[in-house]
Amino acid sequence: MEHLTFDYPAQRAVTTRAHVGVVGSGDLEVLLSPAETGGALSAHVVVRTSVDGYSHIWKSVLDRFFSRYDGAAQIEINDFGATPGVVALRLAEAIEAAEQGDGA
Amino acid sequence: MNTIATARSAPMLLDSFIELPARERARALLDAGTFRELLGPFDKIESPWLPLQGVVCQADDGCVIARGTIDGEPAVVAAIESAFQGGSIGEVSGSKIAAALTMALRDCERGKIVRPVVLFETGGVRLQEANLGLAVIAEIQAAIVALRRHVPVVGVIAGMVGCFGGMSLAAALCSYLVVTKQGRLGMNGPEVIEQEAGIEELDSSDRRRVWQLIGGEQRAATALADQLVDDATDAVRSAVHAAFKLGLPAAHRSEQVDMFLERLARIDPASVTPETMRDVYNPSSAQHNARKEQA
Repeated sequence: MEHLTFDYPAQRAVTTRAHVGVVGSGDLEVLLSPAETGGALSAHVVVRTSVDGYSHIWKSVLDRFFSRYDGAAQIEINDFGATPGVVALRLAEAIEAAEQGDGA
Repeated sequence: MNTIATARSAPMLLDSFIELPARERARALLDAGTFRELLGPFDKIESPWLPLQGVVCQADDGCVIARGTIDGEPAVVAAIESAFQGGSIGEVSGSKIAAALTMALRDCERGKIVRPVVLFETGGVRLQEANLGLAVIAEIQAAIVALRRHVPVVGVIAGMVGCFGGMSLAAALCSYLVVTKQGRLGMNGPEVIEQEAGIEELDSSDRRRVWQLIGGEQRAATALADQLVDDATDAVRSAVHAAFKLGLPAAHRSEQVDMFLERLARIDPASVTPETMRDVYNPSSAQHNARKEQA
């Protein structure tokens, strides 16, 4: 198991939270919530993954995600061997759920 | 989504219950709009034991507890997420179920009836948490037995994991058990039987054989489950609602020890088949079949 953290600049505050996915084979769970305020707006990502040695791939996927997403979100990911495509889809799903405001 | 549903013409696809994750299963059984989760993923009550063994946690430990109403009556649903660690019962996930049932019991004892539903989708105890998992399964079983003095406890085994190990005993203690054809109920899973007793005893890759022995259809035909339903959300919901309308059974299965011992004594392990099991365990349906053959 590997524990990775990433920080990205953000432009706007996030007010809702969302939970999507499941820690099942080839899948992952994403918990998106408003980032702790204090100082400049920024987004924080914490990844716990069952597959070691892929931090450069995580960085690429998250770099691409944050090239389009500017929310100051705290994103926690529990990964059980999802492919980069699945990770990107789950992140998009989490934003959609948060912006519909129906995240529990 | 509503517009798609109304615009769609026949034939309608069945809305699968099996394909729903645990949270959506719980939501589907409660009256619309009443779902309220207790100890949800953002409370982050995770397993303290999995990370020590290099296993990634899930924020809700694979167990969803939801309050709401069923036919307008207060209800609590405990749903196990089969995709996380095979629905296994760890210290946290098991404690959530046991606590939810114990809280319902406390309400029932004060005269406020809460309808309990458990969605079993589990291989049993989580081996990484060993005795702690076993201990909470005992608490779940004790809570079911205490609760069913006040209100029917309804279990659902939809599939595709099934219900095994200590949790199969918990399922057997329920007042009513709703199963699908895809569901399975057994003490030891087929892989375990093959590993321990040899492939001559059971070939776990023989899916037809496995389901003939422990599948939902067989469990319903041997009266070890009460209601066989299609894998459709509406069908599962109706069966659960109908079970509560029935009220408490005259006697729970686990109270009929002599009858089951007598049935067991009539089984010859050397020649037992799924058909002979049906004849012995469900005499009323056997007579019914015999009448059909005569006709």
